[in-house]
Amino acid sequence: MTAAALNLAAPAARRPSRDTARTRSLIAGTLLIAYLLFLLIPIYWLVNMSLKPNSEIMSSVNLIPEHPTLANYARIFGDPTWYMGYVHSLIYVVLNTAISLAVALPAAYAFSRYSFTGDKHLFFWLLTNRMAPPAVFALPFFQLYSSVGLFDTHIAVALAHCLFNVPLAVWILEGFMRGVPKEIDETAYIDGYSFPRFFLGIFLPLIGSGVGVAAFFCFMFSWVDLLISRTLTSVNVKTIGVAMTRTSSATGLDYGTLAAAGVLTIIPGALVIWFVRNYIAKGFALGRV
Amino acid sequence: MDKTKDERAWFLVLPVLVLVAFSAILPLMTVVNYAFNDTFGNNDFFWVGFEWFEEVLTSERMHEALWRQLLFSGLILAIEIPLGIGVALTLPKRGLKASLCLVLLALPLLIPWNVVGTIWQVFSRIDIGLLGSGLRALGIDFNIGQNPLDAWIVLIVMDVWHWTSLVTLLAYAGLQSIPEAYYQAGRIDQASRWAVFRHIELPKMKGVLLIAVLLRFMDSFMIYTEPFVVTGGGPGSATSFLSIDLVKMAVGQFDLGPAAAFSLMYFLVILLVSWVFYTVMTSLDKAGKEPSE
Repeated sequence: MTAAALNLAAPAARRPSRDTARTRSLIAGTLLIAYLLFLLIPIYWLVNMSLKPNSEIMSSVNLIPEHPTLANYARIFGDPTWYMGYVHSLIYVVLNTAISLAVALPAAYAFSRYSFTGDKHLFFWLLTNRMAPPAVFALPFFQLYSSVGLFDTHIAVALAHCLFNVPLAVWILEGFMRGVPKEIDETAYIDGYSFPRFFLGIFLPLIGSGVGVAAFFCFMFSWVDLLISRTLTSVNVKTIGVAMTRTSSATGLDYGTLAAAGVLTIIPGALVIWFVRNYIAKGFALGRV
Repeated sequence: MDKTKDERAWFLVLPVLVLVAFSAILPLMTVVNYAFNDTFGNNDFFWVGFEWFEEVLTSERMHEALWRQLLFSGLILAIEIPLGIGVALTLPKRGLKASLCLVLLALPLLIPWNVVGTIWQVFSRIDIGLLGSGLRALGIDFNIGQNPLDAWIVLIVMDVWHWTSLVTLLAYAGLQSIPEAYYQAGRIDQASRWAVFRHIELPKMKGVLLIAVLLRFMDSFMIYTEPFVVTGGGPGSATSFLSIDLVKMAVGQFDLGPAAAFSLMYFLVILLVSWVFYTVMTSLDKAGKEPSE
């Protein structure tokens, strides 16, 4: 699908009657804006709260802070238990993304290029792990990682998240790899390329956007999870999600800091989305459009 | 694509196999162990057979949680799928505006789930939340801590807010893949907007919509963090969905046997549903490919 063809689609579709088409697109535009507002208002409310002192949060409901303050953010950046929460979370998220991609790439290549005994069953079995309820695994994970001495480490959370992310990464990458004609592989082998050299030097750049999208999804699911990371960590690795739940229950009323912490968790996601914005739709379709 | 038959491909799959087996099969065996045994502590286990399964299957509490869960997932699908398609149809096709819309749409998907819960918990509080206090100001007796209906409405609106974008992005990807020639054919036939949607856009989106339904069903069926933060399963147990009930049982009351039996059945249901979807999807894939190749 080329960009030029898309460009033609919009104006040409309106031909039957210019006026009805114009009202129609006006209505569509209004509805879209209304929907985007619906998405943004709750987030705005959080940002709004994070800029108010607690006394104002509790005493009045107003759309714009009367006494705007950055004190809530200052509290987070001044307290290691808060800001280290972000560091811990980012460490296991990055670890998880790296591990997931490293094992998923060869597997996805195998699924997209070769048939072998049990391949369909294996693929389905992988898929079911993505569908497993995290609540089912919480307790057994705790016991497993305690017994191998990995409890309360970054690597434990990263490995546990692999259960959900590796199948997804394989699924996405397989979709993208299927789009690369097999003749490329064959030509490369005839030209005397070894498998590793071909895979890293030729094939990987071809599916670069697929790798980016898969990385994005690993990042996303690892970043948004609370249940598993809370179960597998306690003292040394206190993730941001944990810091948020514990602080809110201990002090009960510190909504300003809670809101500021929430706003800060949105930022990495927003940055990552911006980088993959052109592939995001294809990625959500698991490379299958 | 024709695939070469080559058993050496197993070596490429091996790392995934080892990793997933470590984090899936080992924990699953622990669950199986608990499900068929009872313990008085000290790791002394004795065999109880299917006793826990019977207990869970006949318990009133489980039935209620299951019905609540099915109702919730059903409502979520009924709202999010049409809404998501609708939003995708109104999105600009390309350019900066399209990128901006996509980024805004994707934003809720990247917010940690406990923060999503926090946002909506605060947003719907009657003393400090915009939604709660706004409804109060309009004279509506709104209180998610006391009225089960209000709690349900907030949870559903929250899930729509959180996940409709996923459906939209999928549908949008499907729409982008429709060649312009299809629309031209529609114009030559003077097809109405509805006919274009019904006979061109919808069939072309079928594959991605199936993924959307699958993902939304699974994820809403396993929902835990958001309702846990917003309502804690209350008021009473009005919003105790399966996962919430499960964690309450396993961690709160430490009833490991019933909890494990429950986990296994929960997992089996999900397995069954994903198998059905997977079969439909792969056969659709084949049906879609064959005429063109």
